[in-house]
Amino acid sequence: MRSSTSAPPAPASVSRLVGATVLAVVVLAVACALSIAYGSRPIPLGTVLDTVLHPGRNDEVGLIVLGNRVPRTVVGLLAGAALGVAGSVMQGVTRNPLADPSVLGINSGAALAVVAGIALFGVSGTAAYLPFAFVGAALAALLVYGIAAVARRGLSPVGLALSGAVVAAALSSITTAVLVTNASLLDQLRFWQVGALAGKDLGTASIITAPVLIGLVIAFGLGRSLNTLALGDELAASLGQRVVLVRAVGGLVTVLLAGSAVAAAGPVAFVGLAVPHAVRRLSGPDHRWTILLSAIVAPALLLVADVIGRVVAYPGELQVGIVTALIGAPVFIALVRSRAVRGL
Amino acid sequence: MTVSTSLRRALVGVRRELVVLAVVVVVLVALVLVGLGVGSIPLTPAQVAGALFGQGDRISDFVIGQLRGPRVLGAVLVGASLGVAGAIVQSVVRNPIASPDVIGITSGASAAGLTAIVLFGASGGTLFSVVLVGAVVVSVVIAGLAWRRGITGNRVVLVGIGVAAICLSITGWMLTSGTVTQAGTALLWLSGSLNAVDRNLVGVLGVAFVVLFLLALLQSSRLTVLTLGDEVAAALGLRPDRAKVLLLLTAVCLTAAAVATAGPVSFVALMAAPIARRLVGGGRVALGPAAAVGAAITLGSDLIAQFAIPGNALPVGVVTGVVGAPYLLWLLARGR
Repeated sequence: MRSSTSAPPAPASVSRLVGATVLAVVVLAVACALSIAYGSRPIPLGTVLDTVLHPGRNDEVGLIVLGNRVPRTVVGLLAGAALGVAGSVMQGVTRNPLADPSVLGINSGAALAVVAGIALFGVSGTAAYLPFAFVGAALAALLVYGIAAVARRGLSPVGLALSGAVVAAALSSITTAVLVTNASLLDQLRFWQVGALAGKDLGTASIITAPVLIGLVIAFGLGRSLNTLALGDELAASLGQRVVLVRAVGGLVTVLLAGSAVAAAGPVAFVGLAVPHAVRRLSGPDHRWTILLSAIVAPALLLVADVIGRVVAYPGELQVGIVTALIGAPVFIALVRSRAVRGL
Repeated sequence: MTVSTSLRRALVGVRRELVVLAVVVVVLVALVLVGLGVGSIPLTPAQVAGALFGQGDRISDFVIGQLRGPRVLGAVLVGASLGVAGAIVQSVVRNPIASPDVIGITSGASAAGLTAIVLFGASGGTLFSVVLVGAVVVSVVIAGLAWRRGITGNRVVLVGIGVAAICLSITGWMLTSGTVTQAGTALLWLSGSLNAVDRNLVGVLGVAFVVLFLLALLQSSRLTVLTLGDEVAAALGLRPDRAKVLLLLTAVCLTAAAVATAGPVSFVALMAAPIARRLVGGGRVALGPAAAVGAAITLGSDLIAQFAIPGNALPVGVVTGVVGAPYLLWLLARGR
């Protein structure tokens, strides 16, 4: 893989990094508040606050706020953090600014495996989706990295993105084939299939909590190694880094995080691509900080996208995956047009 | 190289192209005969021939004239259009992976078509024009975003992937906003299906294909020059960007015509041209063979899709997708 980093070389000062983190936390808090406060049914802010602070209301308002909006916000937090960190780890491992679980087909692999699990084995519920999502994500990751590994001259950023796009297209065409022959499955899955937070409960959140937290912890631990890896394979190896091991652990983290996110919220696109690039402008090239800030900013983006989906399509809802694609794809295009991808 | 040897080589190339074309056409005719004869009412080759030459009985006339004829002809025309479109795009972008599927043209056409189907219940001629307009608009957007002192291959591909994602999200929006029945119809169209093809649609597609194919043939010498690179093309007196825009526009219209008829049948545009080029050899841009190979792939895939699983006919796009994906992965792994 050719090296091509988009990060500016100058490291940011510690005060700037701390400031960025504080700013990110504030943004995330605002996003959570918006996600709980706004919905298709207008409820006054005071009532919402009162309901959250004094749980135990059994009326309609309590049901909407505590049974609907709070769980979906928690799922959004977990899935968003998972996708953002998966994206920044992938960009580090592949040294490719275009890497992301959706661009490289990992999300499509997880989604196909879940759909196949439902169609062939009749599984239902997030807990049952999870192993299928992991297997699918892992197979898709192996496929893409395998292509990159056997490609004759190594894959350029463009080559890797293309391989991913092709894998994604092929896998989603099989998903479509399953859904087109099975009307009840289509009914059940057409919202999940585009990426949705609507209708998630706390059970869903609790199921993915453990894998997401494990993935995040490993990812934070990987930051230093990714910094060394950014110097190039040869230099990293000569500095005593086990390059293959770092790549393998990075792939494992990606599968764990992207698989959990897909099992809970469906294949949400482009969060993992856009967020690391945005935070890198604040944090500089240090992967430890990129990963940390991505874990905070990505859920904020996902929650804001979810709120936008509820507002623009009122009284209906636009699924969150559609909104993130509409936000993220222009970022992707802007990246392609900028000098981030060398050789274009 | 003297003039006479290079002339002889060119002649050998043309002869080989004609031989290849003849072989592929024979295969295609065989597939057409199978496609006309096989089905829930099996017809003997004699009955098929009778119906084709106006000597058929009532049953074979109906089966071939109304049911299988339009479907088979539709498959041939859709495949041929996609094959030619793929050949043009791959040569202009100079990348065997850059077919209309991958660089966003097909996604644009399908997003427009799906919106028309779900929101307005469009079909036939209306659907045809909406898809055409959608494909042209999306292609102009892609070209505009990728434009930086001319069109270069890699940037078109990557911008196309981005634009395809936007179109895909519009597609997803449409799938989730209608009723389940609407979503089912839309999804069938979206996976590439010849079920809705009738005589009228085939007529429109036929006229469109003939006109666009002739336009493509008229430009084929420029296409060959463009494959040598922009500098050489300019040195040979061609204005590369103008030639590229006209060629791509032709390819976009061919793609749109195919998508309007059968939905986005995946990977045919991608596979047809490289196979044709390999058969013809010598790195020639062979539009005729690409059309014939595309037609054969689509018709063959439709036969597999209809009869592979008894009692459960699949959309043709599923088969081309399943066949095309490994091919593409092999292409990527081989490097170019």
